[in-house]
Amino acid sequence: MNEITILQNGRIIDPANKVDTRGDLWLRDGRIVAPESSVPAGARCIDLQGKWVVPGLIDMHVHLREPGEEYKETIASGTLAAAAGGFTAVACMPNTRPVNDTAAVTRFILEQAAHAAARVYPVGAISKGSTGTGLAEYGELKAAGVVAVTDDGQPVVDSQLMRRAMEYAASHGLLVISHSEEISLSRNGVMNEGLMSIRLGLRGIPVAAESIMVYRELALAELTGHHVHIAHVSTGAATDLIRQAKKRGVRVTAETAPHYFTLTEEAVAGYNTNAKMNPPLRTEADRQAIRIGLQDGTFDAIATDHAPHSVLEKEVEFDRAANGIIGLETSLPLTLALVRDGVIDARRLVELMSTAPARILGVDGGSLAVGDAADVTIIDPGRKFSLTEAGIVSRSKNTPFLGWQLQGKAVLTFLGGRITYDDRVV
Amino acid sequence: MGTDVNNKEYRFQHKHLLEMGQLTAEDILYILSLARSFKEVSSRPIKKVPILRGKTIINFFFEPSTRTRLSFEVAAKRMSADTFNISASTSSSQKGETLIDTARNLEAMNPDIIILRHPSSGSPLLLTQHVNAAIINAGDGTHEHPSQGLLDLMTVMEHKGRIEGLTIAIIGDIAHSRVAHSDIVGFTCLGARVRVAGPATFMPSHIESLGAKVCATAAEAVAGVDVVMALRIQQERQHDPLIPSLREYARFYGVSRKLLELARKDVLVMHPGPINRGVEMNPDVADGTGSVILDQVANGVAIRMALLYLILGGDKGGEAS
Repeated sequence: MNEITILQNGRIIDPANKVDTRGDLWLRDGRIVAPESSVPAGARCIDLQGKWVVPGLIDMHVHLREPGEEYKETIASGTLAAAAGGFTAVACMPNTRPVNDTAAVTRFILEQAAHAAARVYPVGAISKGSTGTGLAEYGELKAAGVVAVTDDGQPVVDSQLMRRAMEYAASHGLLVISHSEEISLSRNGVMNEGLMSIRLGLRGIPVAAESIMVYRELALAELTGHHVHIAHVSTGAATDLIRQAKKRGVRVTAETAPHYFTLTEEAVAGYNTNAKMNPPLRTEADRQAIRIGLQDGTFDAIATDHAPHSVLEKEVEFDRAANGIIGLETSLPLTLALVRDGVIDARRLVELMSTAPARILGVDGGSLAVGDAADVTIIDPGRKFSLTEAGIVSRSKNTPFLGWQLQGKAVLTFLGGRITYDDRVV
Repeated sequence: MGTDVNNKEYRFQHKHLLEMGQLTAEDILYILSLARSFKEVSSRPIKKVPILRGKTIINFFFEPSTRTRLSFEVAAKRMSADTFNISASTSSSQKGETLIDTARNLEAMNPDIIILRHPSSGSPLLLTQHVNAAIINAGDGTHEHPSQGLLDLMTVMEHKGRIEGLTIAIIGDIAHSRVAHSDIVGFTCLGARVRVAGPATFMPSHIESLGAKVCATAAEAVAGVDVVMALRIQQERQHDPLIPSLREYARFYGVSRKLLELARKDVLVMHPGPINRGVEMNPDVADGTGSVILDQVANGVAIRMALLYLILGGDKGGEAS
């Protein structure tokens, strides 16, 4: 094989290598190569005038539902949705059925992912069965291919177990990801506690349910000296705690999701189950605080918490509906809106959606240096489209952004030099 | 405040009744006025008019209810509609059928109105998205109970001749009370002031946003008011202790004669029922002067007759009686 693709005239944004320039990017045999003086015969040249050429996006927090809930999503369908959203890699959460708490499950996931449309980095469970008791076998999990551990979907209630998880994970070089929720405060809650929960007569989840647990994780990271990653931050209060902890040198990284910087609890109006997730959508003040956190570096990454559910879980009474929304295909457009709003610049977008997730997970990617795998996303920042059910690649359609007019999207995605998504206008 | 049944311009525009918040002051006044004219039917020797003959009304109750279900049923029967009762224990929800599926099956029998009582807030709205029948919310979770709010308004109107300018004190578990929610919205909509009181564990955050003033004590709440309403206290919740004991609650928030001395002399005493006598209300208060608790029940039938009539399009032709 001697296949050369030349991505011409695009704006190459590669913060890992301090590059933001107009030029050409050469891909050969699945890798990025140095440009040559002349275009070889048979090379595929793609003109990318007006487009951005960025390292393949990485979503460090998705639920692919396989094994166990294949009617919602599979590794195949989820990675196709990822490619359509401009992602070349995803980290999949362990709350499948069975839970990914053993090497056998990890190996199954990686086998299913072998020919998928994106790289799949499995995340293992913190505790056996994610039941909050006893550590999973991190050494075995790591050897089988997991890149991090979490009991995502629920918190680790026992503080001693969380401390041990941080210590033991560090011994095996694994990242610990915290789903930060003080369950005794949030139990039975179905949306943010506030104006809307009163109006709708729905049981609220207070801000303190998140901030209390974020504080515990920060305190444990400080105690143990190990790294903790805080998942899906939804509140200004937690953002402040993380900012302060970073200032005093605590080893913490954090992610937020596009819905938290785009929507507020108002989206729940009409008992919209597609606006139900955990943690819940908060207030406008929280939304603004999250945006500032993205701007000032408090947040390292944007992750979608892509959580597919079918109508079986969503077309029901609000308090019985499942938590979560899909996000892979809307993350980039919603983050591009932050760039248009002047909250972040294009370079920062690439950091948040590619460079930093790769660094935090300790995986390849997030860079367009010569020799790197040719995981490349081409973004058309001006392309407008409206989100329809028919247009969604994911097997599930549970998103509050249905019917939205969005601007900017991935138009071409390369995974190891192979095109996994192509939405160029001919 | 001149909207009544003689207002020929008025048209009831709502297909469903889901919450008090959907009604304008004009809507509410018209409903109250119509209910007054229907109330007379219940005092006739033959308590039946043929207005809704041939109409099918289903009472779809997922929670235990004596008063509300019976009230809707009596209202429907007095207007000659055919009524059917389905409760959670007899419905297929026990066999795992979803609310929407059960409702679609009911829909196949072509009911004109489905009256829904359900533990999930917002479930009546969900039904409207899946069936063609008109939906009346007979209490959804901790959201609303609009027909109860209307009958409370009717009762106060009947005794005071007005709502505007009155002050109402509601005492009890405001956080878990759909009745309080509907009452706060309804009374403030018609220009009354509403105060709420109870231990802070019963006071949801942001309750002021509905228009209520939060009072620290029962005494502060009832001082100079025209109406005192006590809410039923649920037994203590296992996972969420709201009060240490009913005994302590009764001492500090129970409505007693002594407490009522702080209110206006002609104060009305109300309770949505069923009463825990000796807890939220002393027996001598429940049965004493000023108590209009049984009027509330009687007016419940009249209000529900008016609602069934309006929702079935009664105002679009012919006279109410």
